[in-house]
Amino acid sequence: MSVANHVASHYSYWVTVVLMVAGLFIVIARGNLVKKLIGLSIFQTSVYLLYIAPGKLIGGTAPIVAEGFRIYSNPLPHVLILTAIVVGVATLALGLAIVVRIREAYRSIEEDEILAADRDGEDRA
Amino acid sequence: MTLAHLPALVVVVPLIAAPLTLLLRRPGVAWGIATAACAFSFAAALLLAAEVALHGPVSYHIGSWPPPWGIEYRLDVLNAFVLVLVSGVAAAVAPYAWRSVAAEMPGDRVYLFYTMFCLCVAGLLGMAATGDAFNLFVFMEIASLSSYVLIALGRDRRALLAAYQYLVLGTIGATFYVIGVGLLYLMTGTLNIADIAERLPQVRGTRPVLAALAFITVGVSLKLALFPLHLWLPNAYTYAPSAVTALLAATATKVQVYVLLRFYFGIFGLKLVTETLPMPEILLALSVVAIVTASLVALWQADLKRLFAYSSVAQIGYITLGISMASKDGLTAAVVHLFNHGITKGALFLLIGGIAWRVQRAGFDRLRGLGRSMPITSLGIVIAGLSLIGVPGTAGFVSKWYLVLGAIEAGRWWLAAFIVATSLIAVAYVWRFVEAAYLSAPGERTPGRGEPPLAMLLPAWLMVAACVYFGFDTSFTVGTARRAAALMLGEAP
Amino acid sequence: MRRFLVLRVVGKLLIPFMLLFALYVQFHGDFGPGGGFQAGVIGAAVIIFYALIFGLPAARRVVPDAVVESMVGLGVLLYAGVGVAGLVLGGNYLDYFVLGSDPVSGQHRGIFWVEAGVAITVSGVMLKIFYMFAGRGRSLEDE
Repeated sequence: MSVANHVASHYSYWVTVVLMVAGLFIVIARGNLVKKLIGLSIFQTSVYLLYIAPGKLIGGTAPIVAEGFRIYSNPLPHVLILTAIVVGVATLALGLAIVVRIREAYRSIEEDEILAADRDGEDRA
Repeated sequence: MTLAHLPALVVVVPLIAAPLTLLLRRPGVAWGIATAACAFSFAAALLLAAEVALHGPVSYHIGSWPPPWGIEYRLDVLNAFVLVLVSGVAAAVAPYAWRSVAAEMPGDRVYLFYTMFCLCVAGLLGMAATGDAFNLFVFMEIASLSSYVLIALGRDRRALLAAYQYLVLGTIGATFYVIGVGLLYLMTGTLNIADIAERLPQVRGTRPVLAALAFITVGVSLKLALFPLHLWLPNAYTYAPSAVTALLAATATKVQVYVLLRFYFGIFGLKLVTETLPMPEILLALSVVAIVTASLVALWQADLKRLFAYSSVAQIGYITLGISMASKDGLTAAVVHLFNHGITKGALFLLIGGIAWRVQRAGFDRLRGLGRSMPITSLGIVIAGLSLIGVPGTAGFVSKWYLVLGAIEAGRWWLAAFIVATSLIAVAYVWRFVEAAYLSAPGERTPGRGEPPLAMLLPAWLMVAACVYFGFDTSFTVGTARRAAALMLGEAP
Repeated sequence: MRRFLVLRVVGKLLIPFMLLFALYVQFHGDFGPGGGFQAGVIGAAVIIFYALIFGLPAARRVVPDAVVESMVGLGVLLYAGVGVAGLVLGGNYLDYFVLGSDPVSGQHRGIFWVEAGVAITVSGVMLKIFYMFAGRGRSLEDE
């Protein structure tokens, strides 16, 4: 199979991988606390795609019972991902709340400045 | 009627206690509800452990949907054991928290502490009880999110950064776990753990299954603080409130070890884990490095809590060392040390919380001469420290014994010598406390005579007594661990 | 934002319809995309929209802090209560089959109340998050 053919037929998996790695890269490479959380969010979004895309069956319609349709897409991944989205939202909200508190305590949300402040505090204590 | 529903109630009662403490705001009422819920869960866990020991695995169908369509709570010897540990520690920490939390937090926020406490306990118990892989993720996140909040409630502003780091690393870990479960679901079509185990042999060698094994290993290792993924642990344990450190150190990582055991031996199976991928060698290497480096770093710490936090990383290395042996003695050692380390660290951090109640921060400069000013607390720390080292007569010795047995059985004499040698490093860092407390003149920052209140001292000493008791009477711990190891390896007990 | 007439008028016109849409999404979760979480978020978004235009104190008068905090707890208790009702009526925890005269109506009833609990908690939580974050900005500016 040619490369283009392979990418086209596994399109959703490639997007999943790209999002996953991009999200992880942002978490690791960026020092701003809010940017790290956004990277985390992107990383979690890739997982949603990983679950839902294979749930769609060829010729399947939306998983809602209706007249005249016999093949339905798998409803279970949708339920699982609703749960995962809620967990992701809760994590993001909690992370941002902690960042707000850090901003009030340290007056900065850059990781290197905060670590420097901690180190200076340690030397003085 | 209620006895048949205990598998659900052991999780549901703390879960219902959480919004109740939120609605009934007074601190005393919140504490009462939390303590009652934890006490009920402990009693339920003991009854369930007895039931499982006598009559075999217990299966409970949530919503009366039969598995594999519905969510099933499946209790066998392994997770009944973990349930007893978690609920026992929670039942000890809850009455302790009454005085400890009141001293470390403004009064109008105390009820929120108990809400998060109940949610954390419910999440940990749910993780242990459930038989559904995705339900496990949900409870994992309930426990993790509430523990991030609990850690952020610490007095020091560094608690906020510690909670943030734990949040980022913990969420990455949980998401890796979900990716692994997703790959397993795509290959087998089911989420029920027992059902996945049944259907996996048909697809065992395929790449998605191997990838799932890798993702689940890394995800769970992030949560259980296996070296080098342990970076969140020292800060989180040091700056969290005392009751929180005690609860998390004794339970959170242990439940993650249970998850690893369940997936390795209950789903993937011994053959895949040991032969297709070199998991035992990798785990052995990482455990050895963890034990050595964490023990050595613990030697140089200036703060007692931080010292024992690094000690926790080393002790988790011992547990994964037992898992890497993948033999009956090795797995017995891992399960026994899961319990013994839980009660040892629980006792230690509860006692250190007693010191913190007097002096805010348990830095070594404030500990000089503590043996005279806080004799009961210091004695408790020494006994728990002996259990950490593995002195005969304490619980820690039992775990080290089985680890050495497993090493010798595998023909690795250097490993047996290594386990004994690293216990000497533990002697060194416990000796630092003994030297400061008993062999130094009181410094200017040492507190005067006076123990923490009885409400704090009693639960701590109950756990110290448990450390000694389970060093002598090993029928419960080792008996259950041997049966669990046999179950995991598919042999007769 | 209070000064802009168009925003105020259009806001007041749209808010009832947005609330109605939230209720529609809530009750049609059985038959189409929707359910408790989505409806709860839309409901909270309505109040947040109101707060953006008319100011946070006005929103706090419409939905006070105490109400929001009790919503969070009440929703979870409602969900757990449905589970316990299943226990009391003879089934397992969260058993919907025993909640009605026949299994299908029992399922409908169970899902209805469970989704109601979810919607109450989710809108309470979203509102609480907004109140906390928006209320905090003020104290930072003052420093």
